Amino acid sequence: MTPKHHLAPGFPPFAFFAPTSKEDRRDSSAPAMTALKTPPDTAVTRTIPTTQGPRNSSLADKISRYLYIRPKVRVTGLLLLPLLWLGVLYLGSLALLFITAFWTTDSFTSKVIPAFTLENFTEILTQPAYQATALRTIGIALAVTVLSAALALPLGLYMAKVASPKMRALLAIGITLPLWAGYLVKVFSWRIIFSTGGPLDWLLAPFGASGPGYGTTALVITLTYQWFPYMAVPVYSAFRQIPVNLFDASSDLGAKSWATVRTIAIPLLKPAFIAGSIFTFSLSLGDYIAAQFVGGKTQVIGTVIASNINLNPPLAAAFGIVPIIVVVIYLFLARKTGALKAL
Amino acid sequence: MRLSAPAKITLRVFAGIVMAAIYLPLALVITNSFNATTSGSFPIKEFTTKWWVAAWHNEGVREALWTSIKVASVATIIALVLGSMVAFALSRYEFFGKNTVNLLVVLPIALPGIVTGVALNNTFKTVLEPLGIGLGLFSVIVGHATFSIVMVFNNVQARMGRMNRGLEEAAMDMGANMFKTFFQVTFPGFRSAFIAGGLLAFALSFDEIVVTTFTAAPGTETLPIWIFNNMSRPNQAPVVNVIAAVLIVASMIPVYLSQRLTGDDKK
Repeated sequence: MTPKHHLAPGFPPFAFFAPTSKEDRRDSSAPAMTALKTPPDTAVTRTIPTTQGPRNSSLADKISRYLYIRPKVRVTGLLLLPLLWLGVLYLGSLALLFITAFWTTDSFTSKVIPAFTLENFTEILTQPAYQATALRTIGIALAVTVLSAALALPLGLYMAKVASPKMRALLAIGITLPLWAGYLVKVFSWRIIFSTGGPLDWLLAPFGASGPGYGTTALVITLTYQWFPYMAVPVYSAFRQIPVNLFDASSDLGAKSWATVRTIAIPLLKPAFIAGSIFTFSLSLGDYIAAQFVGGKTQVIGTVIASNINLNPPLAAAFGIVPIIVVVIYLFLARKTGALKAL
Repeated sequence: MRLSAPAKITLRVFAGIVMAAIYLPLALVITNSFNATTSGSFPIKEFTTKWWVAAWHNEGVREALWTSIKVASVATIIALVLGSMVAFALSRYEFFGKNTVNLLVVLPIALPGIVTGVALNNTFKTVLEPLGIGLGLFSVIVGHATFSIVMVFNNVQARMGRMNRGLEEAAMDMGANMFKTFFQVTFPGFRSAFIAGGLLAFALSFDEIVVTTFTAAPGTETLPIWIFNNMSRPNQAPVVNVIAAVLIVASMIPVYLSQRLTGDDKK
């Protein structure tokens, strides 16, 4: 049993070391507290006489002693279950997906036939419709990334260099909180906004215009809305880490605001942009729910996978390899710039 | 940096617009849940609470909610156990392939959700179904636990790095065995990170749709699946809208709590 105040906000981490009964407190709390400030060997000699109990040998003690001198057994025990789950089940599934991509299906029963063929990949690479879908999806993911970055830069600049500390904290929470508001809820809200006769049409009507309706534009905006926080947060924290002197030096040397942003801030923010882009890009690449609800007729990689998963699993598997390859290439390019260390 | 006054004003206005763009759509969902017409036409002319009543009595919603709670709870428990074990192993021990294990934990959220979904769907159908474990509630839980592990792992590992190992050694020096040391010294030390990770895992699982669509059997409906299935049906749209409004408010609670819990150790 531990007292309630152990979880109290701001309580020092050694709070849980506080004794549990009044008797103990009298005996050991003072030496224990001083022990934290003195080297460990002194601490041991001071605390042992007051708290050492009788040496009993329960089963737990025996197991404990066995494990204590065998770190390899301990680490194996810790990793066994997680590796069974992630290494065998998850990684195994990915491997099987890769293998299935080279199989084929019986066109009548939709049953998978384990016979090696390159058919699925040639189909993806040569069919114009599939090619266009893959390229369109990559294009949408890039558009979402660029748009997020373009919005994150001025917002980060405002938060880091103009806003008051209170405003800054408010905005920092304000950006991240909607991440949890529910993915489908946000798709739903943009579905309302872009609907015919919906809020956007109503808002634009006085200007003689109407919203874009469901389609690629609506999809890009919706996805940007979904993943913007993943870009805004790293950019903002990187902005805050730029020393003020650099900005001062730049303006002392006569650079205007924009010149300072362009020549000082943006190069220093590059790792943050890349780190953020990994999320905005990868998440947009795999999305297909938003495409279904606000994309109109827009087909993306995800919609092709989803429509083939039951009819032609090997083709779905082959198409599933496409985002993996694209993300791996993207990560590789990002790694070359050294930005992954900032993650 | 000496920003000119007009530049400052422009930035302030810009930040205001961005925040409005973030929160207006959410506010719209909440307001629209009181819209009397089913077509969702705008501006709202007549307000009503009848959709809230309809949503409350909707059997499908109740069942889906219960399924979601079951899935998220079990997935969270699995994530808590496995995530803490990996966090322990990675922050306390040196071993061969440490970086690979680290990558393996992060992989399920680094890869697009659809990849995890297709891969698990494929495994369940080709390998596990012949063994009697087909798609259903279990496969959904497996999928959710897989990507939830990293949430617990991140939180617990971050805390472990800051913990004072000397306290554990002191406990053992004073005669506590490993188990007693763990439960009385180590666990209380990372308990709040453990709970925070669990809350995030729960929130993530509760909201997940992509992996779920691929791992659920036709009869298995979590709340997001229910929304997904009913969003395009015009006569169900108002009820979906009410559920969306409730989710906006409800989903922010676990996150707020988790930020309070982990915010403590940043001080």
